[in-house]
Amino acid sequence: MTILVGENMTGGYGGADILHSCTVGVDRGEIAVIVGPNGAGKSTAMKAMLGMLQLREGRVVYNDKDITQLTPQDRVAEGIAFVPQTNNIFTTMTVEENLQMGGYLRDSGIDQTIQQIYELFPILAEKRRQAAGELSGGQRQQVAVGRAMMTEPAVLMLDEPTAGVSPIVMDELFDRIIEVKRTGVAVLMVEQNARQALNIADKAYVLVTGENRHTGTGSELLADAEVRKSFLGG
Amino acid sequence: MPETTDILNALVLFGNFVFMPALSYGSQLALGALGVTLLFGILRFANFAHGDTMAFGAMVAVLVTWWLQSLGVSLGPLPTALLALPVAILATSLLVLLFDKYVYRYYRKQKSPPVMLAIVSVGVMFMTNAIVRFIIGPDDQRFSDGQKFLVRARDFKEATGLNEGIAIKTSSVITIVVTVVVVVALFWFLNRSKTGKAMRAFSDNEDLALLSGVNPDRIVLITWLITAALATIAGVLYGLDKSFKPFTYFQMLLPIFAAAIVGGIGQPVGAILGGYIIAFSELAVTYAYKKFFRYLLPEGSEPDSLVQLLSTDYKFAVSFIILVVVLLVRPTGIVKGKVI
Repeated sequence: MTILVGENMTGGYGGADILHSCTVGVDRGEIAVIVGPNGAGKSTAMKAMLGMLQLREGRVVYNDKDITQLTPQDRVAEGIAFVPQTNNIFTTMTVEENLQMGGYLRDSGIDQTIQQIYELFPILAEKRRQAAGELSGGQRQQVAVGRAMMTEPAVLMLDEPTAGVSPIVMDELFDRIIEVKRTGVAVLMVEQNARQALNIADKAYVLVTGENRHTGTGSELLADAEVRKSFLGG
Repeated sequence: MPETTDILNALVLFGNFVFMPALSYGSQLALGALGVTLLFGILRFANFAHGDTMAFGAMVAVLVTWWLQSLGVSLGPLPTALLALPVAILATSLLVLLFDKYVYRYYRKQKSPPVMLAIVSVGVMFMTNAIVRFIIGPDDQRFSDGQKFLVRARDFKEATGLNEGIAIKTSSVITIVVTVVVVVALFWFLNRSKTGKAMRAFSDNEDLALLSGVNPDRIVLITWLITAALATIAGVLYGLDKSFKPFTYFQMLLPIFAAAIVGGIGQPVGAILGGYIIAFSELAVTYAYKKFFRYLLPEGSEPDSLVQLLSTDYKFAVSFIILVVVLLVRPTGIVKGKVI
């Protein structure tokens, strides 16, 4: 079973449909990635699952419950965390305050979770008193993921977490994301760096013009001749 | 070479006519600018009604003070208005919340641009203005009582043997003490409390704050309450220091906005810095230095004119010039704020 799934999602931002009966799902303890060319609706599919756009058809199911009508805030409260691609940290606040804001809805146990995040991202413990806006791109992404993890989510959605960071930092971020997965969280992410993303993916979706083109495990898609030719540059 | 006593006399003169008044005026501006800057940071518009909100708060304090005085209530050496302050804050909070509910909320839900909200606040300003004049009239009202001076100039002269004296007004001391208490409390709230952090987060990145579960209606409510309290306190302190006249509060909008922008709008620390910068510049430029130089320069070379850079009638020009220069040279202000 999958903990979070968007089934046959059709819709857009008010104008023409961007998604056409697209299905994406993820389960606990696995990484699912959405890859595809520009304009394929990758981010849109993820935002639809968070409730940031109205679906005309299809539904979003979380823990066997239909959550299609819930607002993004309500879904966050239910245990779905989201890291936007840009503006994903509070730049004027310290690293620790960013994490505290992530745990805003929780009444207790915040300090413990902050310690766990510091174990997961040791660099953040070092920089805890520094304004998050002063950090490097890779460190900012760790703050962003850490902030999202503060709700102790069941599902973590990442919109292009490696956009704009160097290849070395990208590898490090992916290592961290694998560790997040090992804590039993379902990780769903949209990625531009298709090959590297498929390498760490347990499940992968190739979207083209808002439709599912290929679906399989990461290694299956990496081995698929057509996927290689069209999306991975041979 | 001037003698030591001459130098001391000159310094005391400067302290009495520039430093002390600037310190209390600067505190009043700082409190006003804090309200403007908080509202700008969180509700994202320049609130032109702030000066008249101050007038409304001060008006309620004046009325309650008169009532208390008629009952014979008094705080001894302290002004009775301090007792009226909580009531005035409550009444002003009610007023701004009513305006928010029936005016601003509509534009917020429409996601109106900040410029539109600023213009809406001009309308609210005229309404508040009219309410105040309708209730208390446009004239000067005195409501300060208690002991006027903590240290009289004559006592100072006798104690030190100098020609000049520093008079310390009770209202100045109250202004400075209250400002310190309010600023410390506000910074503690913004930096340490959960709600304060949520307000800063909301100001920093609204979408992410919403994703983190921050309730925007609650943030807006608390921001209005803090703004109303700051405006009332600033208004009452200014009224105690000078006198209460509705029009002067409208005029204070310019130095208050100048203070907020010079300091870096959206930045509380900047608002305080800006308040003192504007106040000290205004007083330093409009003070007549003739007597000051008479103490310092050798006999025979003292100036004939008043040595006043600008007549006090033009004191608003000072805020205006500083404002224009800052906007041209460093639009983000001293502490990096937002660009309007």
